Amino acid sequence: MFARTGDQQLFEDTTKRFLEAECPLDTMREVAASPGGYGAGFWRRGAGLGWTSLVVPADVGGGSITGQGVRDLALVGYQFGLHAAPGPLLGSNVVAASIGRWGSPEQRAGPLTELLSGDAMGAWALAEPPPHDALGDVALRADESADGFVLEGVKSPVEGGADASYFLVTARSGPGVSQFLVPAGCPGVRVTPLHSLDLTKRFAAIVFDHAVIPRTSLVGEVGKAGAAVEWLTDVAVTVQVAEMCGAMRWAFDTTLEWAFNRYSFGRPLASYQEIKHRFADMKLWLEASLAIAANASDAVDRDLAERSEVVSAAKFYVGRYGPELVQDCVQMHGGIGVTMDHHLHLFLRRVTAAVPLFGTPGQHAGRLTEKLAVREVAR
Amino acid sequence: MNDEDDVESVEDFAARARTWLAASMPRAEGGGSRAAERTDVEELARIEHSRGLQRRLFDGGFAGICVPRPYGGLGLTPAHQAAFNREIRGYQYPADTQVPTLTPCMSVILEFGTEEQKKRHVPPMLRGETCWMQFLSEPSGGSDLAGALTTAVRDGDEWVINGSKIWTTGAWWADWALCLARTNWDVPKHRGLTVFMLEIHQPGIEVHRIETLSGAREFCQEFMTDCRVPDSQRVGEVDEGWAVTVRWMYHERTIAGGSPYVTAPAGQPAVALDTTGGPPALLSLVASRGLAEDTKVKEQIGESLALSLVGDALTARVAEQIRTGAGSDQWAAITRLWFGTSAVRNSTICFELIGSTAVAWSDEEQALGRIGIRYLMRQTSCIAGGTTEMARNAISERVLGMPRERRADLDIPFRDVPRNAPARPQA
Repeated sequence: MFARTGDQQLFEDTTKRFLEAECPLDTMREVAASPGGYGAGFWRRGAGLGWTSLVVPADVGGGSITGQGVRDLALVGYQFGLHAAPGPLLGSNVVAASIGRWGSPEQRAGPLTELLSGDAMGAWALAEPPPHDALGDVALRADESADGFVLEGVKSPVEGGADASYFLVTARSGPGVSQFLVPAGCPGVRVTPLHSLDLTKRFAAIVFDHAVIPRTSLVGEVGKAGAAVEWLTDVAVTVQVAEMCGAMRWAFDTTLEWAFNRYSFGRPLASYQEIKHRFADMKLWLEASLAIAANASDAVDRDLAERSEVVSAAKFYVGRYGPELVQDCVQMHGGIGVTMDHHLHLFLRRVTAAVPLFGTPGQHAGRLTEKLAVREVAR
Repeated sequence: MNDEDDVESVEDFAARARTWLAASMPRAEGGGSRAAERTDVEELARIEHSRGLQRRLFDGGFAGICVPRPYGGLGLTPAHQAAFNREIRGYQYPADTQVPTLTPCMSVILEFGTEEQKKRHVPPMLRGETCWMQFLSEPSGGSDLAGALTTAVRDGDEWVINGSKIWTTGAWWADWALCLARTNWDVPKHRGLTVFMLEIHQPGIEVHRIETLSGAREFCQEFMTDCRVPDSQRVGEVDEGWAVTVRWMYHERTIAGGSPYVTAPAGQPAVALDTTGGPPALLSLVASRGLAEDTKVKEQIGESLALSLVGDALTARVAEQIRTGAGSDQWAAITRLWFGTSAVRNSTICFELIGSTAVAWSDEEQALGRIGIRYLMRQTSCIAGGTTEMARNAISERVLGMPRERRADLDIPFRDVPRNAPARPQA
């Protein structure tokens, strides 16, 4: 995907070989029809390769050999995109990262250990349905009670919501937001599976109907999770755009080969200037996407002052041009491109489904302007 | 101590540059006038100012960072130049002496010039004493550079040049030019070209100025009539000028970013096509109109901010691909396509943000009127410096390996190649 150290290369290659063996594209539709969207033991074996520990601090059981955990995770995400692979990569990592940094010793002892080993899966319950679907909008209420907190509201769509053992729930606490670690199956928590564009990614709506949770569910301090949620958003979006880049790469490479091999009017498609120029544009979009996705992971790893700006630039750009690229690949293929007989649809689904999640391209562009305005005022 | 120990680390160099810049370089000013509104006297003053800034860099020991020491440079690495470009953000820089003087002209001379030519011509460029232009495009064909009709005929130790070149920015005030000329009409087009260095202001060269729709008269056309050039000003071998031109084109594409010879604030193409600072600079204006919280406005400005960050990332990625050999130098066409298309997008965003004031403005609203005029000139960013169509050809054919376009001008003597047909009669 982008410049890597020797260790990173090795790490990425291990993941690549594993996914090639575990997720051949020909079996993807049957696998997708299974309950979790992937085979038994898949996630645990993936965790064994290091997929779940990368953005968790080393002193609580996480860590990455390269010291660039977010970039490493982005490399895994890229491979997931390249193979249209299933699994709670984003959810488990975000939940583990949050507990690893801000969780209580009890949360780290139990749930974190399970998430790291792959025995349990995590889902990030951040997004809410309209009219609260703007980036950063949290309406679900957490009211303090004698026993702890009462959660009231809806989270949707939640990726991996139906399979997760733990939800990381963001909730409004007065002027601030709080985070809670809620085990699946709590009274008052209703999980409804949703239909999804992406065959191998499952989403759910989670209704919190006067759900009473103990005080020990709190992650960090009440009403003070704003910066944490912002950081987790940046991590999640970084993984997301890396995954989109992987799917774009598959679509581009496959379509390029097709253009060389497909003949019409006695000439390969690749010999027509109209087609060539469109490939030139697609190559530009792909390289630009890879470049900004790499910078985003770097900005989060190094926690640069402009971290969120680079991440939002990445989501804006990849979110705007990723679907254009894959749709153009469909166009180059003609009718076969919109059938189940060709694998292209798996990648079209992967890229498209990511566009509105964790902020639309437009919302991220707006976030960039807000950051600029804040800087202007500060000056 | 070996040679490596002698090289100042990038960090030390950057720290030294920071101190020097703060003490020696004027801070950048906002705004900037539009070329069409400047008198020739003002334009010449601006060029003199730029030459002075270049001289300051030279005297301060920061000119020609990647140019070998024997030719007046520092002999450091592209990483040192990149660090300097980061440090010079917020300061004035000698825009008019960078492009096309240092790249592509100096880059070509460093690569193909004789020892004597390099020692004679490179140091004055670094001191801001000579500004160079490209005598490349001709009125007969925009993108088809190898179809040059300008002809050089040998006469003893000299060459006699006849023909016309066009689209040279600022030839009326510049000093020297690199000129591509045909030296053999009896061989296929790419095999009969030669490159020369020539002084612009000499008998035999007449410089005309072209008025663009913006009212600016920056572009020039030159007419060469029996212009005499000594053979010592030939760059590369006779009839092998196409090999020089291919690299010349490469260096021209690096104007958009990635050249090791260009000093310009990082994140900004060496040629500032839009001196307003683009849509983000309009933030306070839209705020004064009560539109700061308008979602659409925020998205448009954010898009421009994103394009700027993506452009930085892409430029670095492409430069890295070329440096490591993972991609050929043809990858520079990707950056060229980026800056053309993203500048178009920025121009459109500015125009939409300003609305009707960009179409009809009062005396007090001149700055906003300029946005409208810039929008009319929008396609310049996709035409000048090699069109984006040529960049798309290069990407598809030279980067992706797709079949070349069919052509009717190969393997036959150039004099037999079909040329522009006379205008068709009106129906």
